[in-house]
Amino acid sequence: MTDDVSPTQSFSLDGDDLPFASGETILQAATRAGRYIPHLCWHPDFAAHGSCRICSVKVNGRVGAACTVQAAAGLEVESNTPEMNRQRKTLLQMLFVEGNHFCPSCEKSGNCLLQATAYQMGMEGPHFEEFYPNRPVDASHPDILLDFNRCILCELCVRASREADGKNIFAIGGHGMGTHLLVNSASGQLGDTAMSLDDRAAHICPVGVILPKRRGFVIPIGQRRFDLKPVSQQREGDAT
Amino acid sequence: MCPNRQSSLAAAPELQRLLARYPPDPHALLQILRELQALQGWLAPDALGQVASELGLTLAQVQGVAGFYRFLHTRPVGAYRVLFSDNVTDRLLGSEALLADLCQRLGVVPGQLSFDGLVSVERTSCTGLCDQGPALLINHHQVLTRLDPARVAHMAELIRARVPVPQWPAAWFEVQDNIRRADVLLGAPCAPGAALTQSLARGADATLAEIKRSNLRGRGGAGFATGLKWELCRQAPGTEHIVVCNADEGEPGTFKDRVLLSRQADAVFEGMTVAAHVLGARRGFLYLRGEYRFLLEPLQAVLQRRRAEQLLGTHILGQAGFDFDIAIHVGAGAYVCGEESALIESLEGKRGTPRIRPPFPAEHGYLGHPTLVNNVETFCAVAHIAQHGGALWAGIGTPKSTGTKIHSVSGDCARPGLYEYPLGTPVSRLLADCGARDTQAVQVGGPSGVCLAADEFERRIAFEDVPTAGAFMVFDRSRDMFEVARGFAHFFAHESCGFCTPCRVGTALLVKRMDKLAGGHGSRDDLDVLFELDRLLHSTTHCGLGASACNPLRDTVLKFRPAYEQRLQSLDFEPGFDLDAELSIARRMTGRDDAAAHLENRT
Ligand SMILES: Cc1cc2nc3c(=O)[nH]c(=O)nc-3n(C[C@H](O)[C@H](O)[C@H](O)COP(=O)(O)O)c2cc1C
Ligand code: SF4
Ligand code: SF4
Ligand code: FES
Repeated sequence: MTDDVSPTQSFSLDGDDLPFASGETILQAATRAGRYIPHLCWHPDFAAHGSCRICSVKVNGRVGAACTVQAAAGLEVESNTPEMNRQRKTLLQMLFVEGNHFCPSCEKSGNCLLQATAYQMGMEGPHFEEFYPNRPVDASHPDILLDFNRCILCELCVRASREADGKNIFAIGGHGMGTHLLVNSASGQLGDTAMSLDDRAAHICPVGVILPKRRGFVIPIGQRRFDLKPVSQQREGDAT
Repeated sequence: MCPNRQSSLAAAPELQRLLARYPPDPHALLQILRELQALQGWLAPDALGQVASELGLTLAQVQGVAGFYRFLHTRPVGAYRVLFSDNVTDRLLGSEALLADLCQRLGVVPGQLSFDGLVSVERTSCTGLCDQGPALLINHHQVLTRLDPARVAHMAELIRARVPVPQWPAAWFEVQDNIRRADVLLGAPCAPGAALTQSLARGADATLAEIKRSNLRGRGGAGFATGLKWELCRQAPGTEHIVVCNADEGEPGTFKDRVLLSRQADAVFEGMTVAAHVLGARRGFLYLRGEYRFLLEPLQAVLQRRRAEQLLGTHILGQAGFDFDIAIHVGAGAYVCGEESALIESLEGKRGTPRIRPPFPAEHGYLGHPTLVNNVETFCAVAHIAQHGGALWAGIGTPKSTGTKIHSVSGDCARPGLYEYPLGTPVSRLLADCGARDTQAVQVGGPSGVCLAADEFERRIAFEDVPTAGAFMVFDRSRDMFEVARGFAHFFAHESCGFCTPCRVGTALLVKRMDKLAGGHGSRDDLDVLFELDRLLHSTTHCGLGASACNPLRDTVLKFRPAYEQRLQSLDFEPGFDLDAELSIARRMTGRDDAAAHLENRT
């Protein structure tokens, strides 16, 4: 990314002119300008992934993922429209039924990007039939709990562990509906890896899979990040 | 025969010999895993660990790759692994009854390993033998065609007697070419080297100009202008350029590339070598789908002969500096690997997940090098154009769709097989020529393509009307088009790579709803949900697999609506939840087996 934002370089986001730096994606440019485009698998510190598709926008009439589409002068981008928000809501509902999300009992509640985005999109129910997958919890690590029930396969932990921590603790296995997170050890257990609570990967998970132990409900539900302000009114990178 | 269940540590010398044949390079991972499994039957954890440490990968990375491909096994499997091809055309020919018969004879449940570890019987996506089905694949190596009850009965005996597969009756392995109508591509093969000699004489620039003059469009489905793709790749900066032939041919109902690879391998390799000349490429790959493993040795022999004939290797045809060779990579059962960026990931030894585009492979492909990916048929056409000139090709077909196109015809017709016509030929002509009668529908281009009803049979097969990747499946009036669409829905869910939300979850939801309709529990509301999924998948998925997953559903609901309506139990909401079915597990656990327990109907 470069910083040579030239005023002549701009595209339109929901009718407003938005300047961008060359090399930026639509989502990067929007975020820098303080504009909210819903997203789950994108994080400003890592390369775009393009898997959750929550950031889908219409670019000159065709749908694309805002985190992967390069900004270009003159693009007409539609994001906050009833049509795109309806599609986002459906994608969120898909993620909710695919895993097991019991928000009221989840330590991440109020700090969870999936939950906050679902509120933002006005999701009131699952709409689809639940899959109720069987995903056992991994409590083998002294400081970190893995509750796979909520994994949305955003691969942020995979990327953080590889790129920020240089450890490669995680990988993706399986295919189709059987796609799942793998832990790198002969036992497959986190306790047998070099994972540390200081790792970037220990704090990147947007949902409640990778949780520090013995911190449960330190901040009461109701006073947590997304309880205070909806996700659309927060800046990317604010503390969780 | 695979020595099954042998501890992989006991086989360590085998593994060492195998690893020694490959450079200690993570990009060789998939090829190593495939060959290791061929030696040991399955991929045991300690073997995966050894491979990981040799290649400098983590165990989880290796497990992630092994778990992605349908033909790799991380659990013990039978000494005989029988995979019934499960395209709709195999079903029309009775594959389901034959599968049930074989399972019954061997005393196994589909999808489960027999108690003695001898055999497992399962289904697999289309094996590309639709014109001579029902077909099956055994031990991911040999294919059996034209199955019938007698063959199945005999096969069960051979398995029980543990007769090695290569000793089974040779007639069972016969794969026919079934060329019913040949034009330029399927006609008499050109002399090896003829096209290459012409292009060398013409020079790289002029050869590219001929390809552009021909207006050839890619035959792998998307129909991108071949000359333009070559030019973009040629202009892309890089230390080297790569030429890839896409022989993944995973689209159900398509088998033309299989015949081209058997009959016209020289033309395919020659087209690739012409591309190498134009691009200045030194390395080429043929990515051969795992289902076509039986073609590997014959193809290697053609490559070897071409090397001896100075048509590959260094100083090709005596031209200093023209060095190019082709390696064959064999896939391991994953339809998505036909998508060009997933194919490149797979070539690099990774999970076959499609990449973010741009950058396109032409700029940034295999190991970051500018990479040209073309279909098998495209390279055959290139060989023809390089030899005879672009104008001749441009004179065939229509102005927007030049040249000929090969159709893989199967289903309800008297003469299934390959038919090559100029583009622009009406569907009705194909139907008449293949001896189809009382036709209700034709699925053109496979499940990702379009389903045409009788009032559309005068439409023409061409990029500007009905485009195709080569499949042409015929259904007569006795067929249930809902069941056809349901089979395709299962195909897409089975083949989704699992990377993006809409496809991973959406294809599974599609299957659930279609199965609910099939079970007689459907309502209008379910149809609405299906339409909603169609719109969502079409626009939001990461690659073309998810985007086309609802095509068969949409076409058949629109064109064969009664097939759906007769399955709707009510016009209002009907719950998919069945209380009795849900309670049946609890009833079984508590030992209830009275009449009201309904256990006999449940699985
Ligand atoms: C899910 C999916 C599967 C595909 N499978 C194949 C295939 O089996 N063979 C093929 O040539 N192209 C396949 N394609 C198209 C390729 O991505 C690519 O467009 C093609 O190989 C380019 O070659 P061409 O320009 O010669 O057509 C597939 C595309 C998608 C989205
Ligand atoms: S564990 Fe969390 S960060 Fe990792 S893939 Fe799952 S949801 Fe994403
Ligand atoms: S559309 Fe399907 S196959 Fe394509 S990337 Fe998404 S999950 Fe994978
Ligand atoms: S944020 Fe763009 S696809 Fe996930």
